[in-house]
Amino acid sequence: MTKKITIEPVTRVEGHGKVTIHLDDNGQVTQSRLHIVEFRGFERFVQGRPYWEAPVLVQRLCGICPVSHHLAAAKALDVIVGAGTGEGLTPTGEKMRRLMHYGQIFQSHALHFFHLVSPDLLFGIDADPAIRNIIGVAEKFPDLAVQGVMMRKYGQEIIRATAGKKIHGTGAIPGGINKHLTIAERDEFLNAPDPLNINKMIDWAQGALDLFKGYHKEHAGLIDTFAAFPSSHLSLVRKDGALDLYHGVLRAIDADGKKILHDVDYQDYLKYIGEEVKDWSYMKFPYLLEYGKEDGWYRVGPLARMNTIDFIPTPLAQKEFETFRAYTNGKPNNMSMHMHWARLIEVLHSAEMMKELLNDPDLLKGDLVVKGTKQKEGVGLIEAPRGTLFHHYKIDDNNLIEMANLIVSTTNNNKPMNLAVEKVAIDQMTGQKEITEPMMNACEVAIRAYDPCLSCATHAIGTMPLEIMLYDSKYNLIDKKRTN
Amino acid sequence: MSEKIKFTIDGKQCLAKKGQNVLDAALENGVYIPFLCHVKGVKQAGSCRICNVKVAGRTMTACTTPVAPGMEVENDIPELHDLRLAIIEALFVEGNHFCPSCEKSGNCELQALAYRYQMMVPRFPYSFPQKEIDASNSKILIDRNRCVLCKRCIRSFQDDQGRNLFAFKSRGHKVEINIDKECAVNLSDELAQEIMDVCPVGALIRKEKGFNEPIGTRKYDKKPIGSEITSVV
Repeated sequence: MTKKITIEPVTRVEGHGKVTIHLDDNGQVTQSRLHIVEFRGFERFVQGRPYWEAPVLVQRLCGICPVSHHLAAAKALDVIVGAGTGEGLTPTGEKMRRLMHYGQIFQSHALHFFHLVSPDLLFGIDADPAIRNIIGVAEKFPDLAVQGVMMRKYGQEIIRATAGKKIHGTGAIPGGINKHLTIAERDEFLNAPDPLNINKMIDWAQGALDLFKGYHKEHAGLIDTFAAFPSSHLSLVRKDGALDLYHGVLRAIDADGKKILHDVDYQDYLKYIGEEVKDWSYMKFPYLLEYGKEDGWYRVGPLARMNTIDFIPTPLAQKEFETFRAYTNGKPNNMSMHMHWARLIEVLHSAEMMKELLNDPDLLKGDLVVKGTKQKEGVGLIEAPRGTLFHHYKIDDNNLIEMANLIVSTTNNNKPMNLAVEKVAIDQMTGQKEITEPMMNACEVAIRAYDPCLSCATHAIGTMPLEIMLYDSKYNLIDKKRTN
Repeated sequence: MSEKIKFTIDGKQCLAKKGQNVLDAALENGVYIPFLCHVKGVKQAGSCRICNVKVAGRTMTACTTPVAPGMEVENDIPELHDLRLAIIEALFVEGNHFCPSCEKSGNCELQALAYRYQMMVPRFPYSFPQKEIDASNSKILIDRNRCVLCKRCIRSFQDDQGRNLFAFKSRGHKVEINIDKECAVNLSDELAQEIMDVCPVGALIRKEKGFNEPIGTRKYDKKPIGSEITSVV
C-alpha cells in the first residue's frame, strides 16, 4: 500500500506550511511537496488606496521583517514621486533608511539563528524534540540564549529610532524619511554600557560565526551534504559588485558561477522574471524568463548573495567572506546548510554597517525628503533577510494604487525549498519501514535553512481551495480531499 | 461685566457665561467632557452624542445644553462612561477604521477616545460597510470608510460667498460626506491642512503628505486626549 506522510504544521518557521511525502509500495519517495496553506491578498486590497499609504499598509504582511516591505514599497514610491531609483534621495533620507534596514537584517537573522536554528545545531537534528527548542537552549546554553535576545533587542531599538516603532513603524515615506536620529539616540547605540552597544554586537556576531564554524568542523559531512543541490542564485549587488542589501542592480549566476543576469536595472524586472502558478500551493514559482519554467528557477537569500557578490565592503565580514569563498575554491556554494554560515556573515556585516552609519553626521541633520517629476509606475527592490524582495505599483490620475505586484523573498525560494524537501525525503525515508520524528524534523531543517516567511509569500488566483490528493504507485487517484 | 452663572459638575463649583453651553463651560472650568463633533466657535450639532451628561436624571448632550443657574451636572460616572464607550464602539463598527495604516493614527480623536475609554473588542458586530473613496480633488482625499458623520467639516468651511465646501448626500445609512467640486477647485495648502485638522478622524486627509509626522511627536502619542483639561484617572 502507498503511504502518505504529512508534516503539519512545519515548525520554527514564520507562517504556516505543511509537507506531504508520498511513498510507493516499496517505500520509495514518489513525490514530496511543501504546501503553503494560507492566503493573504495584500496585492488586491492595496488597490484603490492612496499610494503614500502603501509602505505602512503592506508591511503588515509580517511582524518579523516588516521593515523590508516598508522600505521596498517606499523605494517603489520614490520612483513615483520622482525621487529616482534608490540614488536620488537626500543623504539623510538614504542613510536613515539604510540604518533601519541593517538594524532589521541584524535582528531578523539573529532571531533565526539563535531562536529557530540553534536547537538543531546544539542538540542535533535527531535529539528529543522536548529539549530541541529555544527553551532547551535557554536552559542548557543560557549565555547564548541571552545573546540572541539582546542582539534582537539592539536591532529592534535601531528600528524604533529610525522608523518610530519597533514593529510596523512609519519612518520611510515616498521620497525619503520623516525623522532624524537624535544625538542621544546615536550616543546610546554607540556607547551604552554592555551589552547593548555596537562594539558588543560586533563581538557577538563574530562569536556566532565561530560557533557555526566550530559545529561545521565537527559535522562537515552533514552540513556539506544535507539538502545540497546545484542551483542558480539571484540577488541585488552594488554596481561595483559589492554586497549591498539596500540597493543595487540585479545579478544572477548559474550553479557554476557563470553570470546569467548581467547587473540589470530592476525597474525592468518583468523583462527577466516570470511567475508560474501551481494549483497545489498559494505560493507562486518565479523563474528567469530566458531559461524557462523548468530551468529558470533560482535561489535567493544569504547563500545566493554570498555567491553573486564580488566582495563585502566592511573589513571583518570581508575576511569571513574570503574564508567562505575559499571553502568552495571560489566556486558557487550550493550547500543549503551553508545558508546559516552566509547569514551569520551578514549579521557581522550589518553590525559593521550600523557602526559606520551611526558615526555619520548626515543622520543628525539635513533635508529629509526630495521629490521630482511624478511618475505613474515604480518598482522597488531590496535584499530582505530572506532574499530579494520585489514591490511594483502603478497609480491612477488621482494618486490611487491601481496595480500592485509583490514577489516576496520566500516566493523566490519556493522551488528550491521543494527540492530541498524532496532531497531530504529521498535520503532519509527511502526504504524505511518506520518514519520517525527525526526523519520528519530533517525535512523541516531543510526548509528552515531558507528561513522562509510563509505568511508573506502567499497568493491566490481566483478561488484556491486546499486539495489533498492520494495516489497509488501507478498514479491512480485513490482519495481526494478538498477544503475551501 | 456680565454676571456669571453658578453651576456644578460632579459637585465641583463652576462658573459659566450667560448662554454658554455646558461643554464649553466645563472646558473653561478645567473639567473634561469628551466630544467628537464639537468645534469651538462653530455652531453645535449634537450629532456624535459622546458629550452626553446627566442633568436632573436626564441624559443630554453637553454641547447643545445651555448652562442654567444652579444646574447640577453629572459627568464622570460609571453609567456615562459605559454609554460613551458604547458610542465609541458603535462608531468603530459602523465604519472601516483600520488604524494600522491610517495616516491620522496618533492624531485621530476617535482613536484617542478609544484609548482613553480603554476600548477592547466592540460589543457590537462589525458591519463592514462598502464605502467609496473620492480622490478627485487635487488637495483633499475623502475616505468615507473613516467618516463618523460629525458634520465638523460642513459647519466649519464656507467659501467667500458663504457656500459650504462640504455637504451630506443621501439619507439614513446611505448618508455620506461630499466635497463641492466647484467651490473646492482651488484649495490652498493652508486651507487643506486646516480641513484635515478639523476632521476628528482620517476621513479628510491632505493628498501626498501622509506620515510626514514621526511617531512620538503626534498629538496623542504621549498624552491621552483631554489630558490638557483633566488627567486620566
